[in-house]
Amino acid sequence: MAAAAAAQTERSVVVAGRRVRALIGGSGPAAVVLHHSTGNPGWLPFHEELSTRFTTFAVDMPGYGQSERPEWAREPRDLAVMLNRATRAFGIARFVLVGLGFGGFVAAEMAALDASRIDQLVLVGAAGLQPREGEIADQMMMDYHEYVSAGFRDAERYEASYGHQAKELRELWEFSREMTARVTWKPYMFSRRLAPLLADVDSPALLVWGEADAIVPLDVARQYQEALPQAVLEVIPGAGHLVEMEEPSRVASLVRVPAVA
Amino acid sequence: MFIGYFTERPYQDPNSGYFGSAGRDVTDLGMSNESYDPRLGAELYNRYLDEKVYAEEMGFDGLMLNEHHSTPFCMGGVLNVEAAILARITKRAKIVLLGNVLPVWDDPLWLAEELAEIDMISRGRLVTGWVRGTGRESIAHNAQPPFNWERFQEAHDFIVKAWTTPGPFRWEGEHYNYRYVNPWSRPYQQPHPPIWVPGVMSRNTVAWAAQHHYPYVMLATELEPTRQSFEYYAQQAAGAGWEANTEHRGYLMKVHVDETEELAEATARKYVQGPSNPFLEGNQGNVRSFIQNLPGLTQRNNLLPTVTTYAAAAARGRLEQFQRATGQAVDRREGDYNGTFDEQIAKKSIITGTPETVIPKVREVLEYIRPGSVFFWDGDGAMTHEDSMRSLRLMGEEVIPAMREISKELDLKSPFERDPVTGKDLTQAPGTM
Repeated sequence: MAAAAAAQTERSVVVAGRRVRALIGGSGPAAVVLHHSTGNPGWLPFHEELSTRFTTFAVDMPGYGQSERPEWAREPRDLAVMLNRATRAFGIARFVLVGLGFGGFVAAEMAALDASRIDQLVLVGAAGLQPREGEIADQMMMDYHEYVSAGFRDAERYEASYGHQAKELRELWEFSREMTARVTWKPYMFSRRLAPLLADVDSPALLVWGEADAIVPLDVARQYQEALPQAVLEVIPGAGHLVEMEEPSRVASLVRVPAVA
Repeated sequence: MFIGYFTERPYQDPNSGYFGSAGRDVTDLGMSNESYDPRLGAELYNRYLDEKVYAEEMGFDGLMLNEHHSTPFCMGGVLNVEAAILARITKRAKIVLLGNVLPVWDDPLWLAEELAEIDMISRGRLVTGWVRGTGRESIAHNAQPPFNWERFQEAHDFIVKAWTTPGPFRWEGEHYNYRYVNPWSRPYQQPHPPIWVPGVMSRNTVAWAAQHHYPYVMLATELEPTRQSFEYYAQQAAGAGWEANTEHRGYLMKVHVDETEELAEATARKYVQGPSNPFLEGNQGNVRSFIQNLPGLTQRNNLLPTVTTYAAAAARGRLEQFQRATGQAVDRREGDYNGTFDEQIAKKSIITGTPETVIPKVREVLEYIRPGSVFFWDGDGAMTHEDSMRSLRLMGEEVIPAMREISKELDLKSPFERDPVTGKDLTQAPGTM
């Protein structure tokens, strides 16, 4: 899965006494990418596509991957506070913020706390708001295969993205979901304290959703669109929750280079 | 020796279509309570209470209760209710709770009050026990598994303080916060009821129990691992400068006694039939390992060794651990309960027979593990009320008296005969007030 075309550098900064790591590649204005709750498997084709136009920071959120766990963290907002600081510590003045799934929840919290440095907020199949119909799929009540395959539009896409590294990704998932359970166990994957704070987020926002997202219902996208003053919704026909894995170049192409970097 | 009686109180419903070879699959947290029949439930709750009363009549020192949630294999969803009833309708036997699932309680002050009331109504016959619960309990009452161990310890510390420190006081903990702790009920036993800790596999819990001098009750584990766990307990005690003894060791064992060898075997086979208790080896149900193995429920490393080279993680044994954990579940799913039953007989996981053949086998277990407390686990699976009552009668008439003699010979003293904290002999005989 990991593309090795371009060399990435690995950097860490310390925030609240905890190391936060990012893989960095490409050039241009900064794009910060926050991974799904399943953890970041590495430098993905989506990162590679973004890096043709952006200096792309694939950040391990605190408690995931190579970023140390803040034992005190109890909600995604705690991670958002740390990540806002981490972007400063990485020397990023302004940035495009891309959040994938649960990473989108954290990205929305970051914007709610401070949108002044965010040129564009891109939420891809983001959790964070309670669907008015249906539920956000509960990974705690499924096994790995059932959950991850539900993220793809079909078994073929799942096999192409995950099949050859199934054991390794399963281990990453097992590790990642402990942190997930620490910060979003109940309510699961949303906060009623998020939407009211989005009303003042004046950064342009792009909402990208797979039409066939079986993890986060499309209604969540519509609620984000209602809550964020400047939001555009792009629904990718036929795509699943992991739309940036299914169509990395298409999703990356939707991310706008800011007019003034 | 302290001798107790236990059953999981299975929800036996032959009409549900679940329990039996031709029935629907029984899957862990995969069955709707739509099938539940409260009238049948009423009969079963009363049956199990009646059996407890008879167990006391037949000479058992303790009546053990446990708790599980959202499952047909154990009807004890609220064991404190059963304990409160037993407190009133029994006279002599200890009521042994093994135990309350501390981490799923959001309000442990309420638990402290309930237990104090049970202790008073029973006039000091309560033995409390604390467990961390399986994944099923964390799911059913929605307690965060990564904080399970922290909540277990804090709830324990809080309840003991609520029982022993005059109120009002304030508690501002990591997981529990109270501005006014002053329960208007205090335990009958002072400073508080005995605390025993049951368990199966957690080294953390064994070490913690030893730190507190709490008797540790191994729940139907196999003989050799049980002995090894008690050795670990003893090492922890020795490290702290004291010597663990029989009063610190309890053992739950499956024992069914019957009138003939043939009837005993036919009845004991019912252990692994009926509502398919996943804790009964060889059962017919399916366990979903991802529910039992929730994230953070057992200790993992705080930081993944490396996320870029998974081979390194595998080399550190994390993949193996995981496969081992799930592999067991896969094996169980394919288990042949008849075959496994015979294996369990062979390794004395299940002891059955007439009193004449059971007593020597129980003696072997006692000699090997040297517990000061034992619990007979009977009347489970698909066993009927009549099956249970025959066994209880024969236990009372023949097995228990023999065990009293054997325990004297082997010097197996219970926590009521030798104080687990001071190591001094107590005058109180087991099962008496």
